[in-house]
Amino acid sequence: MSAPVLPDLSGHFGQFGGRFVPEALVGALDELEAAYRSAKNDPVFQERFTGLLRDYAGTPSLLYRAERLSEAIGAEVFLKREDLNHTGAHKVRNVLGQALLAKRMGKPRVIAETGAGQHGVASATAAALLDLECVVYMGEMDTERQALNVARMRMLGATVVPVTNGSRTLKDALNEALRDWVSSVDTTHYLLGTAAGPHPFPEIVRDFVGGIGIEARGQILDRIGKLPDAVVACVGGGSNAIGIFHAFVPDEGVRLYGFEAGGDGIETGRHAASITGGSVGVLHGNRTYLLQDEDGQTKESHSISAGLDYPGVGPEHAWLHDTGRASYEPVTDAEAMSAFQLLCRTEGIIPAIESAHALAGAAKIAPRLAAELGRPATMIINLSGRGDKDVHTAGAYFGILDENEVIVPGEVT
Amino acid sequence: MSIAATFGKAKAEGRSVLVGCMPAGFPTVDDSITSMVAMAEAGCDVIEVELPYSDPVMDGPVIQKASDIALAAGVRTRDTLKIIEAVSATGATVVLMTYWNPIEKYGVDAFARDLASAGATGMITPDLIPDEAGEWIAAADRYAIDKTFLVSPSSTDERLAMTVANCRGFVYATALMGVTGARTSVSSQAPELVARIRAAAPDLPVGVGLGVGTGAQAAEVAAFADGVIVGSALIRCVLEAPDLATGHQRLRALSAELAEGVRAGQPA
Repeated sequence: MSAPVLPDLSGHFGQFGGRFVPEALVGALDELEAAYRSAKNDPVFQERFTGLLRDYAGTPSLLYRAERLSEAIGAEVFLKREDLNHTGAHKVRNVLGQALLAKRMGKPRVIAETGAGQHGVASATAAALLDLECVVYMGEMDTERQALNVARMRMLGATVVPVTNGSRTLKDALNEALRDWVSSVDTTHYLLGTAAGPHPFPEIVRDFVGGIGIEARGQILDRIGKLPDAVVACVGGGSNAIGIFHAFVPDEGVRLYGFEAGGDGIETGRHAASITGGSVGVLHGNRTYLLQDEDGQTKESHSISAGLDYPGVGPEHAWLHDTGRASYEPVTDAEAMSAFQLLCRTEGIIPAIESAHALAGAAKIAPRLAAELGRPATMIINLSGRGDKDVHTAGAYFGILDENEVIVPGEVT
Repeated sequence: MSIAATFGKAKAEGRSVLVGCMPAGFPTVDDSITSMVAMAEAGCDVIEVELPYSDPVMDGPVIQKASDIALAAGVRTRDTLKIIEAVSATGATVVLMTYWNPIEKYGVDAFARDLASAGATGMITPDLIPDEAGEWIAAADRYAIDKTFLVSPSSTDERLAMTVANCRGFVYATALMGVTGARTSVSSQAPELVARIRAAAPDLPVGVGLGVGTGAQAAEVAAFADGVIVGSALIRCVLEAPDLATGHQRLRALSAELAEGVRAGQPA
């Protein structure tokens, strides 16, 4: 029996996903879906996309066998080096795909939301490359602590709009981008940054970042002649995770692990673990797991990693969780930072703090898997981003900055 | 009074219905009841109670600010039901406007039951399109609550027909492509949208919202729509007043001006 093709025609992954949006956006979502379907089958579009990924973004990204890390955690570890992509993370795949779609739809303007700036910088990059006007919405709290990323986006020609509503963070930036889009759909494409939001965004983003898993699957087969025991990724909104998981979903022997931001610990309530510490509801256009109070009001998330600091998660992850195909667990700030340091010291690679959650999770499951398999497990960890942006956060965390140095909290993917 | 009776009465009087919106619990539960009763007394035919929500993507800055104030003061979903009960008890026609997640969290059937028993006659769902509304439609029908979905200038004929077929009471026509908030002029897209709705559903009253804030604008919209929906301009009376007494005075004055407006238009 073959697995169902998801999302279904109405944009659902089981009970998750769908379109919980103002009617004013339905036309734009339909237009986007139609443009995507035709682009998907258009060899010219696909060649342009893969050409940019290859020549501009630097993919396929390397699959690196991390020997010293393997030894340290007791597993055979391969790192999918998305950190080496242009702009420093997997995000470039999605923004190039969507910016090309915007061009295809004849929309001269793109808007984006960003937490601490990573998706905003990637969007500004693609907009500069493809000559699109770009407006990035960013919570005022984040513009204040991410002045460098604001400058980066402006250097690339984007307009950065600080959002002063609500909690003045990522979720409010997303609200503001949706409000802009309701008012500007004729000329504007909303370049959504993760595999969430209303249909067809979860599907489109998944497909644009899906090259991660397709490449990794081919690379591991070439390297060791078999599939890995496990594929591991961090999960905020979930784009890097769905990007590496998707190609492995039909491979039943491959375990899929997503690690959410556990912040100070699930039990403290200060975390960003929507699946392991949240409940089913509707937020930002889709039904999924989210952090909410008894009345369905969105709760603020907390994580040392701004890129995972979001109170929802993509609907396909909610589905993979409910069906048991993938396992989701929380990783605390402290565990992530310990793994961050481990990778620095064993491999000479400074990871994004987001990706450090995946590394920490891998270290947690390695003994379990080894016990189950009777040998060290082979695993691919998605190293979704590099840590240059996090040097200040990590430096402050580890207390290795000079005392009189001005500390700017870290950026976000 | 039911929505149908309210629109019927206005039609018999040769005028449009005035719908005035106020977030529940803004700035406090009791003050919001006072505001709503004042609006009804000063000429709002329908009080649209908005359930404050943390992420109101269809609303502009005024409603979001007022909602944030209400939430910060601790307003709960059950308070909104109490407010509806208190305002309905004065004889006002009350509908609820709410984003979907709080309803799903409460329990769809239980909410429809409690909303009906609180005395609301209908519910407006800005982020719930009929495509996703199966559970709500069933519950609303079970408890005889009118269902108001939104149509937009960007709605295709097919979607417009599907949406109005799922409405009962009235349909909410968003006058322009945008979010709530008063604007300096009435959208030129609104008359055409209303005409398209009438062609699809000749008997369904049409309320037009987004951007109306003065008596003159209300008259302009009343000339082609059955209902004129005003939110941000009314809320601003309270939000920007130096004290509540002044706020309520301004609220009464604007409600009266708008009520005059809907009587000055030439109903289509």
